[in-house]
Amino acid sequence: MTMIFGIPLMVLFGQLMLGLINGAFYALLSLGLAVIFGLLRIINFAHGAQYMLGAFAALLGAQYLGLNYWAALILVPLVVGALGIVVERLLLRRIQHLDHLYGLLLTFGLALIFEGTLVNLFGVSGSSYPIPEALSGGFKLGFMFLPTYRAWVLVAALVVCFAVWFLIERTRLGAYLRAGTENPELVQAFGINVPLMVSLTYGLGVALAAFAGVLAAPLYPVSPTMGSNLLIVVFAVVVIGGMGSILGAILTGLAMGVIEGLTKVFYPEAANTVIFVVMVMVLMLRPAGLFGKEA
Amino acid sequence: MHATANASRKVSCKPSRLSRHISSALRVRRRALPLSAALLGTLLSAGVAQADISDDTVKIGYLADMSGTYRDLAGPGGLDALKMAVEDFGGSVNGKPIEVLSADDRNSADVGANTVRGWIDQQNIDMVGGLVASSVSIAVTRILAEQDTLGIVSGSAASSITNEHCTPNHIHWVYDTYPLANGTAKAIVDEGGDSWFLLTADYAFGHALEGDVEKVVTENGGTIVGKIRHPFPTSDFSSYILQAQGSGAKIVGLANAGSDTVNALTTASQFGLVQSGQSLAGLLIFLNDVHALGLNVAQGLQLTTGWYWDLNEETRAWSQRYYERNERMPTMVQAGIYSSTLHYLNAVAATDSDDTATVRAKMGETPVNDMFAKNGIIRADGRMVHDMYLVKVKSPSESTGEWDVYDVIRTIPGQEAYRPLADSQCALVKGQG
Repeated sequence: MTMIFGIPLMVLFGQLMLGLINGAFYALLSLGLAVIFGLLRIINFAHGAQYMLGAFAALLGAQYLGLNYWAALILVPLVVGALGIVVERLLLRRIQHLDHLYGLLLTFGLALIFEGTLVNLFGVSGSSYPIPEALSGGFKLGFMFLPTYRAWVLVAALVVCFAVWFLIERTRLGAYLRAGTENPELVQAFGINVPLMVSLTYGLGVALAAFAGVLAAPLYPVSPTMGSNLLIVVFAVVVIGGMGSILGAILTGLAMGVIEGLTKVFYPEAANTVIFVVMVMVLMLRPAGLFGKEA
Repeated sequence: MHATANASRKVSCKPSRLSRHISSALRVRRRALPLSAALLGTLLSAGVAQADISDDTVKIGYLADMSGTYRDLAGPGGLDALKMAVEDFGGSVNGKPIEVLSADDRNSADVGANTVRGWIDQQNIDMVGGLVASSVSIAVTRILAEQDTLGIVSGSAASSITNEHCTPNHIHWVYDTYPLANGTAKAIVDEGGDSWFLLTADYAFGHALEGDVEKVVTENGGTIVGKIRHPFPTSDFSSYILQAQGSGAKIVGLANAGSDTVNALTTASQFGLVQSGQSLAGLLIFLNDVHALGLNVAQGLQLTTGWYWDLNEETRAWSQRYYERNERMPTMVQAGIYSSTLHYLNAVAATDSDDTATVRAKMGETPVNDMFAKNGIIRADGRMVHDMYLVKVKSPSESTGEWDVYDVIRTIPGQEAYRPLADSQCALVKGQG
């Protein structure tokens, strides 16, 4: 068997595959953050909590309303996204003219409130959400056993990432959005409702987090703290990719998933640290991030 | 979080040191009091027992993780179990009221230690219960020994708490890593599971458990074919599970706890680890973990527990009362908190004293006989030795309800389960065997 650094090639293939799947997941989450920061200049610290709300909404929907997985995948992002719009209208709008730090503190506070409330109601152990019938089982790939659900996560995350990138970079609506953040007064003067677009953009970012939450629900136990563990990693991904760069967030997410996956084989003790090591190096060499535009 | 802890330490530093001196001076006098009282009593031949419950109140402090990873195994439920013990006792000892204080240690040894110092200095606390994260327990028991106050550790796993870290001032009640490894690993090796791959949480507790398991496996003729130390906490275990699958070991042992164990088991089931002929061994799994996993994922898993709600009439009756108050079945830790508090209060009542040495001696003399343990013995090193249970998680079809999850396969007698005193590193018993 061919070996690379003492690891059989087949094992390495398996690990690369897993890295890519985790990477797609990181990409999806950092994409939402990048959209919100890139277009609204809000550092959304509630992103992890909104991801967790997505997973919880799917779980509670299944328990109390009989909502199935596929319906949850569509409805939950809409509901949680709408909640995001309410937050934007009632709270974030009032501080949009202040320093970024205020937005960070506000969203961080909201995250703590969401988490604390759910901890009080449901405890921290969490519950499991069954994998939908159509996606259970797996394939034998020769080098590994790939659960069907993980393959689905990879495909779904990549499709959604591409769709969002296309929406913002290649459509007229996306052009309005980008113009609206560059110069709101001028765009407003053309008769475009900029405040509405800002609300919708925040809603979209939050909906992406909730979508990731629904995707994650069958993979990990659904618990109130599931988001805060992930948030810091996702922030590191956004910083490495360049704050606000949409393509940067997607590509960096995938790359970091793979790097983390390889670390888990060669030196597992460092698996939680490796992304931050990369972040430090990137900040030293390219402070604006790999795909960032501003210096 | 660190900033707050530091700030509070700065603020409390000077006054606390001063008051510690004062309180230790007072304590000397307080300890001398029963002696002189007894002397006076004999002189007067009054024959009436002299009450020595300091400031006419029995104060119990409950310290635990109330909001983090370990919340569900002790947390607010443990506080309620403690309150149940106080209520069942009648709310007072020999006419002196019992007061319960509680605090969240946020799994920080710093926060825990400062809280307990404050309780001792300002509240004149008599006993500290709960005590979950091993790091917090070790820090707190050190202070309790310095300040001559009693502690009962119910939630912690590290067996070092009554080994190299033993003190005359604390008791370890529910379980520790020694019987976990001894019970589960030995049973599995005996059944033919003789090659192991270990997934270890990369911190003190994981290392301790890993060491105990390696010892048990090799001593019983098995081998360790590989191990991975994963960061704590880890949410995605797919890479490690894949490596475990590639190792060819018969048994994949999980030397971790809480969300790490739950995540590892969930991932293992998705990757078909059991279907491909390997078995899983969870070494520290609580009832709330099994509940979170669901029986579909957890079925067939063997584990060792210090107690289970569905052991007999007595445990069922108590658990039902607990369930009505908390809407969850109690974990072994929560039951242990009830049992240890009751045992403590009984000793206070019997000696009519809340002096640490007096109460500790009485607790040691009296076997523990309640819904938690039968003929439990508190050894000189502070280990409460009681029977442990090797259980198997039921399949969904065997289970009759949400909390009906274990089949007890074997009762492991306490003497066999816990580390023998002959092997102890504890300075209190060393060389006594």
